[in-house]
Amino acid sequence: MQTYFYALAEALEGMLTGGEVFTATFHAETSDFVRFNRGKVRQAGQVAQAFLRVQLVDGRRQAVAELGLSGDAATDRARLGRELARLRGYLPELPEDPHLLYATEVRSSERTVGGELPSREELLGAMAMAAGERDLVGIYAAGPIYVGFANSLGQRNWHATSSFNLDWSFYRDGDKAVKCGYAGFHFDRSVLERKVHNAARELEALGRPAKTIPPGQYRVYLAPAALAEVLALVGWGGFGLKAHRTKQTPLLQLVEGGATLHRGITLYEHAAAGVAPSFDAAGYLKPDRLTLIDGGTYRECLVSARSAKEYGVPPTGASGEESPESLELLPGTVGPDQVLSRLERGVLVGNLWYLNFSDRMRCRITGMTRFATFWVEGGEIVAPLNVMRFDETIYRALGTQLLGLTSQAELLLDADTYSRRSTRSARVPGALIDDFTFTL
Amino acid sequence: MHNELEGRFREVLPAADFCSLRYLEQDDEVIGVRQGVVQPVTTGHEAGAMITVVRRGGLGYAATSDLSTSGLRRAVEQAADWADRTASRAVTDFSRVPYPAPRGSYASPVERAFADVPLREKLDLLRETCDALQIDERIVDSSATLWVTTVRSLYLTSHGGRVEQQYAYLAPMLQAVANQGTETQSRTLFGRAACEQGGFELLGRLAFAESATGVAEEAIALLSAPNCPTGTFDLLLAPDQMILQIHESIGHPIELDRILGDERNYAGTSFVTLDMFGSYQYGSPLLNVTYDPTVYGELASFGFDDEGTAAERAFVIQDGLLLRPLGGITSQTRAGLAGVACTRAASWNRPPVDRIGNLNLEPGDATFGSLLQRVERGVYMSTNCSWSIDDSRNKFQFGCEQGRLIEDGRLTRVVKNPNYRGISATFWRSLVGVGDRETVETLGSPWCGKAEPNQVIRVGHASPACLFTGVEVFGGAG
Repeated sequence: MQTYFYALAEALEGMLTGGEVFTATFHAETSDFVRFNRGKVRQAGQVAQAFLRVQLVDGRRQAVAELGLSGDAATDRARLGRELARLRGYLPELPEDPHLLYATEVRSSERTVGGELPSREELLGAMAMAAGERDLVGIYAAGPIYVGFANSLGQRNWHATSSFNLDWSFYRDGDKAVKCGYAGFHFDRSVLERKVHNAARELEALGRPAKTIPPGQYRVYLAPAALAEVLALVGWGGFGLKAHRTKQTPLLQLVEGGATLHRGITLYEHAAAGVAPSFDAAGYLKPDRLTLIDGGTYRECLVSARSAKEYGVPPTGASGEESPESLELLPGTVGPDQVLSRLERGVLVGNLWYLNFSDRMRCRITGMTRFATFWVEGGEIVAPLNVMRFDETIYRALGTQLLGLTSQAELLLDADTYSRRSTRSARVPGALIDDFTFTL
Repeated sequence: MHNELEGRFREVLPAADFCSLRYLEQDDEVIGVRQGVVQPVTTGHEAGAMITVVRRGGLGYAATSDLSTSGLRRAVEQAADWADRTASRAVTDFSRVPYPAPRGSYASPVERAFADVPLREKLDLLRETCDALQIDERIVDSSATLWVTTVRSLYLTSHGGRVEQQYAYLAPMLQAVANQGTETQSRTLFGRAACEQGGFELLGRLAFAESATGVAEEAIALLSAPNCPTGTFDLLLAPDQMILQIHESIGHPIELDRILGDERNYAGTSFVTLDMFGSYQYGSPLLNVTYDPTVYGELASFGFDDEGTAAERAFVIQDGLLLRPLGGITSQTRAGLAGVACTRAASWNRPPVDRIGNLNLEPGDATFGSLLQRVERGVYMSTNCSWSIDDSRNKFQFGCEQGRLIEDGRLTRVVKNPNYRGISATFWRSLVGVGDRETVETLGSPWCGKAEPNQVIRVGHASPACLFTGVEVFGGAG
């Protein structure tokens, strides 16, 4: 694939005229997807796709084409030629773009992470073992992912991984379920067996009669997957420079309104520890680590090339959405064996679901508990909890009411497959929070 | 191209119970102006095909952008391999599914094709519209954007089916963001839901450019508005909030694949069970909901779904009674229930599943004024901006861009950050007034997410204004 992409880039160079410049970003994958329901296969198949985003620049004018590629060199070169001609036809119609910015310093890079993926038969056998007599539902996604960048200045960047992401649930009754994940580069059946074993034990606890609590304020423990959902929502406009400068960031109260977070909250965009490509579509490389929040105080923004030009600050290699791709929340001091005793009486939340802002400018968030969520009394799990809606500001949950973060953070690899398999990740500990507000 | 593809498909047909090819070619164009600056014009073009093979009861698929005979042959081999390997492990015997062999075509109604409009004309319109949003220095961000998509598709089956469909979609978007101190408020044109099938003529019908100043004025007004009050009130919902209410608490709960459990790991399950169809009182007798892929120009209209079932209008709820699920031919076979033509895929590279499509709340006979007159103290909410619901599609909480108090039958003060919450299973029984045709808006969304692998798809919703009683309403945090 790398050779193919670089050959296309070379062909593009040959098609330029005058002072034209191009940047090109390549995304390709060959993925096996196997979808399960009740331990059986619902849909299984393979998707082979390749896309090229080409930006044509002439002086201060630009236009962009996003092309599906066939994989046949002659066909794709002809398609590129047509698209380039179309873009070239647009440029005289367009005004100069004051926010155009692309990397002019050539910084090439290459990262290839090989994987050991199971054969289809091994995978289906392993899943049959995992399901057993249980009600297993979920998705297996696996195969190579390729991301590349090239420009007419000679920069070449390549990021290739071969990975799998098994994202599944064991259901007991109704909506009572345990959510599980196993993702990485080397599939090890013994690891899967261990995860299945642990999940099965948790599933047993869901067999007890479920408890319903009235709306009110409760001490809660948000497991890493639950806290990651909160941070993901905050990341929807929370850290981007454009959202900050146009006063739309949900963290505006933190940045300008005198609100604070707990001093234990230190948040990074930690590209070096993630699995996403280290370059953006303008050719800028991401810093290894960027401090977003330090000890509860806001520090730096994620900056796309376009925002960098508009607001006159250096780019940080962020995409146009300026949202985190490799978020890391520093762990705290609560040991794993202290969680239940410190929670004492309250709610252990395994997962949160469908979060949104109920008051964006005050970073007040609503959402639902989901999957394994338990009522705890005397420091012990007593019963599974029926789903509850929460509505709470981040300034309370990760500020005044935060009792502590766990000492171990969990690496969560994003299982999203919208358009293509995600390379986002988050490294997040759990959080003990007092007087967390449930409303329905 | 279609005839060539058909020839290649017939050449590579495997020995199987059933095989289909679903080809899709898509062109996109996004043109926008933000803060007076023309954004990079972005065009898109892609083409690919999905082969589906059913053999010995198993089903496999393979998607490829290599449309040569050898490329399709490789895809057939991949799909057949998956069908064979999963035959004994499948959720159902897929050879029992009576896949139609459809013959026909469909085309979106287009008066002036977007591609025929010169770029300069589009840019001029967007510049003027964006300028009209800049009414005040407190407007700190403004944008006017057009997203146009054309799709040409071909569906072929091994037993003689052949369907050609052409779609033209338009998603126009306007946004004004107003700020003063640490207060920021946004208004949009119908919450980015003014999406339909058609051409450039839609912008005139929508009064796209003419709406800009009003959108900006409303954003400014929200800056000094008090928070929406907290309490139990009568709630009048505008169509651009009703579409979200219909989508989340009727559409998704009655998807048949969700009820069968397919979505439990991702989009969730449902409080609706198979035994409820035909007997469950979903809402008050005023509630009438149709699934209708035949509505002229609505966003999710089509001639045939992606398993070849012909489009047909059907009541899913009539006089408040739940009648039938949103389930295509595969789900209908699995569940033994009648459904609708609703199996769709986001693109050539995703397999079709049950999707909402056009789900419309039928108008009643109340004028907007008469709905207001029935309210002594209540809130009128417009334009969805926040949506959250539990995985069984029951406990919901939704927020709107703008609220207006209703006092003694009249609209009075503007209030900000209006939210309300409820439970689907009981909420629709509090429907006490349904607006007439004059209050109906036909809207849609290009962003309905579901399925594993994930798919985002277009849905259409038409609704009148509707009045609910005894709803828990509240405002912002400060």
